[in-house]
Order: sequence, then structure tokens, then C-alpha cells
Amino acid sequence: MSAKQTKKKSAATAVKHRAKETAATAVKEKKQIAARLIPIYIMGKRYEVPEGLTIMKAMEYAGYILIRGCGCRGGTCGACGTFYRKPGDYKLQVALACQKTVEPDMYIAQIPFFPANRAAYDFAGLTAAPEEVFKLYPELFRCVACNSCTKACPQGIEVMDAISALKQGNITVAAQLSFDCIQCGLCTSRCFGELAQYHMFQLARRIYGARIIPRAEHLAGIVKAVNEGKYDRFLDELKGTKEAELKKLYQEREIEPMAAGEDWKPKDSRYL
Amino acid sequence: MTKKASVTISPKKSRREFIKKVKELSGQNLQLCYQCGMCTGNCPAAANMDVSPRRIIELARLGLEEEIAGSRTVWVCASCLACAVNCPRGFDLARVMEAIRLLTLRKNVDRVRPEDIPPQERGDLPQIAMVSGLRKLTG
Amino acid sequence: MSLAYYPGCTLKTRARNLEEPAVASMEALGLKLDEVPRWNCCGAVYSLADDDLIHQVAPVRNLIRVKKQGKSELVTLCAFCLNTLKRANLLMKQDVAKRDTLNDFIDEGIDYGGEVKVLHLLEVLRDRIGWEALSRKVKLPLHGLRAAPYYGCTLLRPREIAIDNVENPTVLGDFLRALGAGPVDFPESTRCCGSYQVVSSPGDIAEYARPILNSALSHGAEALVLTCPLCDYNLGRGQKELIKKGSGFKEMPLIYFTQLLALALGLGPQACHFELNHGGPESLLKEKNLLPQTRSVQLIEG
Ligand code: SF4
Ligand code: SF4
Ligand code: SF4
Ligand code: SF4
Ligand code: FES
Repeated sequence: MSAKQTKKKSAATAVKHRAKETAATAVKEKKQIAARLIPIYIMGKRYEVPEGLTIMKAMEYAGYILIRGCGCRGGTCGACGTFYRKPGDYKLQVALACQKTVEPDMYIAQIPFFPANRAAYDFAGLTAAPEEVFKLYPELFRCVACNSCTKACPQGIEVMDAISALKQGNITVAAQLSFDCIQCGLCTSRCFGELAQYHMFQLARRIYGARIIPRAEHLAGIVKAVNEGKYDRFLDELKGTKEAELKKLYQEREIEPMAAGEDWKPKDSRYL
Repeated sequence: MTKKASVTISPKKSRREFIKKVKELSGQNLQLCYQCGMCTGNCPAAANMDVSPRRIIELARLGLEEEIAGSRTVWVCASCLACAVNCPRGFDLARVMEAIRLLTLRKNVDRVRPEDIPPQERGDLPQIAMVSGLRKLTG
Repeated sequence: MSLAYYPGCTLKTRARNLEEPAVASMEALGLKLDEVPRWNCCGAVYSLADDDLIHQVAPVRNLIRVKKQGKSELVTLCAFCLNTLKRANLLMKQDVAKRDTLNDFIDEGIDYGGEVKVLHLLEVLRDRIGWEALSRKVKLPLHGLRAAPYYGCTLLRPREIAIDNVENPTVLGDFLRALGAGPVDFPESTRCCGSYQVVSSPGDIAEYARPILNSALSHGAEALVLTCPLCDYNLGRGQKELIKKGSGFKEMPLIYFTQLLALALGLGPQACHFELNHGGPESLLKEKNLLPQTRSVQLIEG
């Protein structure tokens, strides 16, 4: 058996194993949860799931094994973008499956991935000029200001305004408006102009971070001091300390109070 | 400038559906034109066209879709409206040009691909050129 | 007093030399240009198809933002923006069915019916301030400058939105006269520069520019006066290519009308961003004694 085949086989076993495990937890949960069951529709099929679950947990409860379309389970990775609709409401709703709790009669489809081309570039060669974005993403100019993207963003980002800012050559505003983007791709799935907004935003934030916001001067000072060995002695001291003593030091360390002012200094200023 | 002096018309070649769509999209009554040629005379792009603006109307009202599709005329039109303001019949030829462009663009066929514009050009062209160009030449 | 002002994308990058002198000049004339909050690209070209509403969304959304801003008049500097916004406004005024569909779709919580008046800055100068009042404000008359007004397409076509007589426009010439310059009229002043064709056929642009430049030159123009960043790009690029091809004429400066306004009002070249112009207008302006020395230069010399 080749190495590749072995790998494939073990992957398959892993999936099967996980399936068993999930099923087992699901049964356990079914027994434990006395919660009311509510109907939801996943890709058109009806399931009854306990209320209070997130969409993601409800899908797993219904028997789905998520190997894509789920990552952090904490609302930050952007893997679990989801569209849903409720009967009697024409509006398309968006959510992160790991964050949104199920509601009765939701029609759900997760969009784990949406095709969007990311331009290839050598960042070292890029300047802060707006033309850098124009060169890499000329389709930017196909935006028609329909606002579908803003309506689709689970992060509440004003996507259309950020695209507008890029068209106007304002990388700073685009980077700031899109700061909370988790690259779920829901905006892209709805775009009339067929733009890949989130890749453009990522470029804008990179340019903003590296070329536009001023460098922190004090940080440069500290880096210089570190490189010149100012802290070597203290580190050596720590390295030579016994574990119990280290723990004690750690527990008793002085912490800057939340509301400390600019001029706050620790009592022990030996290491400053 | 004009490729052919004459075309053959036959019921087989004439496309009723095409005439109807051009009328609908452009909102123009194609029969209004009396073929005076003022439009062609005032068109700044006529030198680059293989079928003159005047002739486009003639072909359109005969339903000769293939003749029109094979010509570059509607793609060379700059929507400058010199034809429209100079037409003694109040006919808006620029809208017919747009209608014919859209019949292609709406089939998801683009005239220019943004990716094919050289990166150096993309950085050099002002936004106003890119926005208007992509609006007129992509679907 | 202040007027709602719509800049357009290019005026924020390449055509700052169209915007900045206008803002400074209007302030000097006592009219503040108040930028529309959250404006978006107007789409540059007006859609000519009867059933195409999606491309009306961008201009109409801007007009709604003007209404939300509490303004009833909107000024533009860019001729393309004027054209698109004014035509979309006309559609909202005249076509009830389309108006309803667009209002529903745009969903900004406001019913818009074309009530904002869309103006070009030249109209504000002509109809609000007046040529005579303007000429009284001139501190540095542009005497001896033989500048040719170039209108292009979008200020004058179609007829319904023209800011002046379609066949025989005079507004730019009157404007130049008020500033003390001698306008040079030429027959090709409303001929198209090639517009968006530069995107698909950049090679054709020089041939669009040729008749325009030839006509202006043969009537004795020393510079072309423009209102549109796309005209500026196409004529500038076309001109360079013609010179490269050895067509025998020397490069003619292209100047935005707002730059001449700022100069004449005595705001100095600092307001004008001449470094962004095609055809190096500075040497021509210097030759005509129209570039007063900037303060820093005086300080250095003094
Ligand atoms: S901007 Fe787009 S990709 Fe980013 S979070 Fe919003 S919808 Fe997702
Ligand atoms: S969905 Fe696309 S076309 Fe519509 S406003 Fe957003 S970026 Fe523009
Ligand atoms: S100018 Fe008008 S009437 Fe004359 S050929 Fe052209 S469209 Fe027809
Ligand atoms: S709108 Fe088109 S066809 Fe009409 S004059 Fe202008 S370029 Fe020619
Ligand atoms: S799983 Fe990461 S955001 Fe939902």
C-alpha cells in the first residue's frame, strides 16, 4: 500500500470515527435536552431540532458532519456564512452558523465557500497609491451601487461604502470600514458586478497597515533596546529561577489597572 | 468605410424577434428614420466603423441580426449623441446602438475583459474611463 | 450660503486640479461647496436602454443622499457626472412607474421624485453670480490668454439636459471673457474626444484628438479649456501620440476652467495643482504674466 493510499484510508477511518462520535453525542444530547423541538429546513429538508441550538449545532444534530464550512466556532474565522429565509418574508437573511440560534421554520443553506479570485502580487513592490488597487482588481469599476453586499454582510460592514471608497482612491477609508471583515464571502455571492470585495479589502488593509498608518516611534525605540541587549540580563536571571519561585513571581506580578492613565508606572521599576 | 453596398434579404435571414427586442430596449420607432445620413455625417467614430450608423438602422429594421452581429460598429460607438441631436427626425440612434450592444452583453459575453487590459493601462487610465468603459463593454 | 456638491471619483485622484481650485474659488466668492455625505460613483455613463434600471441606482442613490442632506440643489464640476446625475433625475421626475421601482429597490427610507436640481458649476457662475459680478471679483485678469473653450459631449447632449445652446454654446466663452481672457471659438469644440473607447481601443484615441486639436490650433488657440477629466486624459494622451507620430504641432496646454477661475481670483498657483496637467500650462501662463510668484519664492529671494 502506498503512502498516499494509507493516508486516504486513515482519513476515511477518521471521518467514520468522527461520525460515530457525533452520532453518539447527538443521541446523548437528545436524551439530555428536554428542550422543545422546532422545525427547520436544511437545504429544503425538514428536521426537528431542539430550540436554543446554533444553526451549526442544529445541522450536526440533524446528522450533518461538517468537515468544511466550520472552523473556529467562535464567530471569527468566516467559514460558516449562511443564508436563510422565513416563510412570509421575502427578505434574504444572513448569519454565521456558529453564532445564530435556530428559529422555527428557517430555511437554511450554508455557503461554506464562494469562488472569488485573489490577485497575485508581491507586496514588497506595492506603494500606497490608489492605482495599486485599480491595477490588481480592475473589476472594481463594475460596481453599480446596488448595496446587495452591505445587506448580505453578517458583520454589519458597509461593504458598498468601502467599495465606493476604493473607487475614489481612498484606501484608508476602505481599510477602516472593512476592519471587521472575516472573509466569509457572502457579499461576493450577492454582487451584481461580480466583484470579490473581501480580497480587495484585504489588499486595502495590508496597504493601510504597512504603508499608510504612521509607525509607532516608541516601538522602534524598544526594539532597538532589545537588540542592543538591554534586557538580556533580566532574562538570564529568570532562566536561572526555580519553578516554584517562578510561579510565585507570576502570581504576584503587578498588573496595570484597567483605568490606568498614560503616566501609570509599576512600583517595581527595575526593568523599565 | 462601408463593407458591402448591398445585402440579400430573405425571410430566412430576417429576424422578427430581433426587431422587436431592439425596439423594446431602445424605445425607438425604427420606421421614423428616412435614411438621410446626417447621423453618419456627424459621427466622430464613423471612420472606424465597417457599417455606417445610418446603415445600422436599415439593417436593424430589416431584422438582419447576423449582419449587425458581424460588424464592429456598435462597439466603436462612443455614445456621444452627435447623431441624436443632429437627426432631423428626432431619432435617437445612440439608444439603438446601446440596445444592440446589450443583446450581446446580456448573453454573458463581454466585449472587453478587465483582465485583458494591461496592468500598466489599468494604473494609468483614470477611474472615469474604467467605470464608463466597463459599463458599456461588459455585461 | 452653501450648495450640495458632488465630486466624482476621478476628482479625488487624478483630477484634483479640477476640484481643488473650484472649492477654493467658490469659497472666495462666498459660496461653500458642501460635499454630499456618503456619495458613491454615479456610474459615469447614463444607461440608454429602456428596461435597464439597475444602472440608474447609483446616480439616484446620490440624489437621495442630497435630499437627506437637506439640500435642494446639487453642483457638479465633472461634465460626465453632471450628465448622468441630471438625466437620472429627469427619469425620476418623469417616469412614475420607474420611480416607484427604483425607490423600492434602493430602500433608503425616502421617496425620491426628482426634486433636487442638478447644476454644473458654470451654471452657478452664470445664473447665480453673473458674469458681471464675477468680473468685478477678478484680481488678476487673464489678459492676452487665447484659450479655446472645449465643451465635448456631456454638457450639451442630449438636448433635455444641455446647460447651454446645443449648436452654439457660449457659456465657457462668456466665462473666459469675464475673467479677462480672449476666448477662441473653433468649430470642433463639441466634437467627442473618444470617451470610454480609450479602454477598448486606446490606439484610436489620437485620431479622435486630431481634428479637435487641429481646429483649435488653426483658429489661434494657445490652450484648451476643459470641464471633464476624461476629455483631459484622452486629449492629453492623443496629443502625445500625435506628436510622437511627427504630426508637426507642438504640445498645447490643457487647462481646467476651475484653474483659470482660481488664478483670476488671485488665489495663486498653489490652489491649482498644475503638476497634474497635460501639456505644461505653467510656461504659457508665466509667459503671459499670469503666475504670480508664490510667497515662499519671494521669501527666498528677499
Ligand atoms: S465584507 Fe463580505 S466577506 Fe467580509 S464579513 Fe462582510 S460579507 Fe463577509
Ligand atoms: S453588491 Fe457589488 S455591485 Fe452591488 S454595491 Fe456591492 S460591490 Fe457594488
Ligand atoms: S440622421 Fe436620423 S433620419 Fe437621418 S439617417 Fe440618421 S437616424 Fe435616420
Ligand atoms: S453616439 Fe455613436 S453612432 Fe452616434 S454619433 Fe456618437 S459615436 Fe456615432
Ligand atoms: S465557524 Fe468560524 S465564524 Fe463560524
